Amino acid sequence: MSRSFLGMPAFPRAAAVSTRDTRLRANLAHATHTIRDKRARAVAELDDWAQLRAAGAAIKDRTLRHLDHYLEQLEESVVAAGGRVHWAADADEANRIVARLVRETGEREVVKVKSMATQEIGLNEALADAGIRAYETDLAELIVQLGDDLPSHILVPAIHRNRAEIRDVFRREMGKWGRPAPEGLSDSPAELAEAARLHLREKFLTAKVGISGANFMVAESGTLVVVESEGNGRMCLTLPETLISVVGIEKTVPTWQDLEVFLQLLPRSSTAERMNPYTTTWTGTTDGDGPRTFHLVLLDNGRTDTLADTVGRQALRCIRCSACLNVCPVYERAGGHAYGSPYPGPIGAILTPQLRGVAGPLEQSLPYASSLCGACYEVCPVAIDIPEVLVHLRERVVEGGPVTRHGARVVLKPAKGHAAERAAMRAAAWAFDHPGALRGGMRLAARTRRLHPRRLPGPGRAWSDTRALPAVPAESFRDWWQRTRGGAAGPERGGRT
Amino acid sequence: MSSRDVVLARVRRALADVPRGEGPYDPPVPRDYRRVHGTRTPEETVELLAVNLADYRALVHRCAPAELPSLIGRLLAARGARTVVVPPGLDPRWLSAADVSVVPDRAADTARDLDAVDSVVTGCAVAVAETGTLVLDGGPDQGRRRITLVPDHHVCVVRVADQVVDSVPQALPRLSPRRPLTWISGPSATSDIELDRVEGVHGPRTLEVVLVGAGAEHGGAG
Repeated sequence: MSRSFLGMPAFPRAAAVSTRDTRLRANLAHATHTIRDKRARAVAELDDWAQLRAAGAAIKDRTLRHLDHYLEQLEESVVAAGGRVHWAADADEANRIVARLVRETGEREVVKVKSMATQEIGLNEALADAGIRAYETDLAELIVQLGDDLPSHILVPAIHRNRAEIRDVFRREMGKWGRPAPEGLSDSPAELAEAARLHLREKFLTAKVGISGANFMVAESGTLVVVESEGNGRMCLTLPETLISVVGIEKTVPTWQDLEVFLQLLPRSSTAERMNPYTTTWTGTTDGDGPRTFHLVLLDNGRTDTLADTVGRQALRCIRCSACLNVCPVYERAGGHAYGSPYPGPIGAILTPQLRGVAGPLEQSLPYASSLCGACYEVCPVAIDIPEVLVHLRERVVEGGPVTRHGARVVLKPAKGHAAERAAMRAAAWAFDHPGALRGGMRLAARTRRLHPRRLPGPGRAWSDTRALPAVPAESFRDWWQRTRGGAAGPERGGRT
Repeated sequence: MSSRDVVLARVRRALADVPRGEGPYDPPVPRDYRRVHGTRTPEETVELLAVNLADYRALVHRCAPAELPSLIGRLLAARGARTVVVPPGLDPRWLSAADVSVVPDRAADTARDLDAVDSVVTGCAVAVAETGTLVLDGGPDQGRRRITLVPDHHVCVVRVADQVVDSVPQALPRLSPRRPLTWISGPSATSDIELDRVEGVHGPRTLEVVLVGAGAEHGGAG
């Protein structure tokens, strides 16, 4: 529980190490290719996928454009159903609220459903500081927690571990947290799942406090939705006396009917199933069934700053399915840890710099952690144009400009280390504004083409290490056009003069 | 200023580009997606439900209403179940042919008490054919959520005449958001090891579904 993403190096440095890890590369290639084909088949079953995707994007946009209205409606509905609502402007405040709520129960242990929001705010570490032990109950989160590891995937945080590594972690660590791994545990997934069942059973049966996130919150009814597979979610959501859910404000959807779209989009995009094994929905508290006390902690932590950016706000549509990770050639090779946050892959590359701002070297490097191939946009069930946001964020890193941080408008300075890029772009802008200079420059380049180096000197060297410089033709397009009028006079068009 | 006010003020500042006259329901949502995928007779819909349930490793049985008690009796006997928890409103005839000790669901029972029970028998609220899903809404024949969670063997009875719908869009209007819902698609499973699905983690590892009113039983009894 001691490791965190704090102080992670910029993406290129981290990726330079991880891409040489052959076991990691093999584990990731195996897992992402397995799920890629299955997702394609699950999506192909629905011939209205494009319409569902458009509806999903539109529902999220509708919510985001009137988020104040929907949040107030949600709060009112949750309170009317017997829940209590807390607001947290940032991670520290959310952690303080949760620690206080747990302490008020008198308990010192909590069971947790996998939740990206609580990963993001570092809740487990904050609870540990407050003397409260949090047990992760999702199988992959358990693997990460037992192995004192960091999550590397949104859906399967232990995707970087293969079955043999998981067996080793279970054998070595389970006994330190509770029931040890069974004697002679093999690396068959069924046996590993059984070991997790036995290890966590006692915790579920005695837990008094559960902590969760939520996939969706329905504003009109105050209903929360958790989508899961193993049943650990059901255990945490129904057996404890107190339930605390920490949820990002962007998880709101307006109506109960809207779930008909997302309950079709999410399972097929994430685990490639027609439907995930278990979905729990609850509204406040119910007499005699489930927790007697329900707290909802609404989390901002950079979401309103993201909302203020009219290009970047589409990232808040994300339903955390992880389809974009599974198709990304960069993620497949670099692995999740290189992204330096619980949100790896293409969505992380646009979410982390927006939630945290682009002042740090890691955040400045993330918009470049992409080849802009567009596969992420193609599979995104809510049509987030990730390449568009990446390019937008690159511009912000290089040029600086007005942004919103912690709710206040500030002017960001251009990032260091992009001076050559800025100079080149300025020179290009000037040249395109001055046709005479452009023509002269191109002719000069054509005439000296035999003297051009194969690699760039100075700061350009790293760039040309992995790329071939384009060959300059003997004649520029503009000169060729002036001479031939687009080939209209040329022999290849049959000499029409 | 409370954090509530801080967050809401930030949201409003962030949305300065949204025209003043635009209402919360004004941004259009195209709903031209399908209510149902394909056209099926009611029999075909039940068949699809059976196929999709089985695809996710639920054990599917069919019987006529009169055969239900004997079928449930056989399923529990084959499982070797000696104790069975039932919700308060379950039709007592369903267990009339079962040689088991019936445990009523009592509020005072702890999760540990339930952990000692072999099986649970319930009805359901809705079943969704296209996704192979059973939805429980805590109705009298379904009971509290915990009774279908802690025991390792769940027998769920679906009345095909009035409980099966084709699709998710058809299921939601039949369910009340005010009730706590559990959507179940096959037994507990995980994809957390190498992104490959294996069945059997924390929820019931054996899910048996009885489709009542769909003709004679077929398929293996678990």
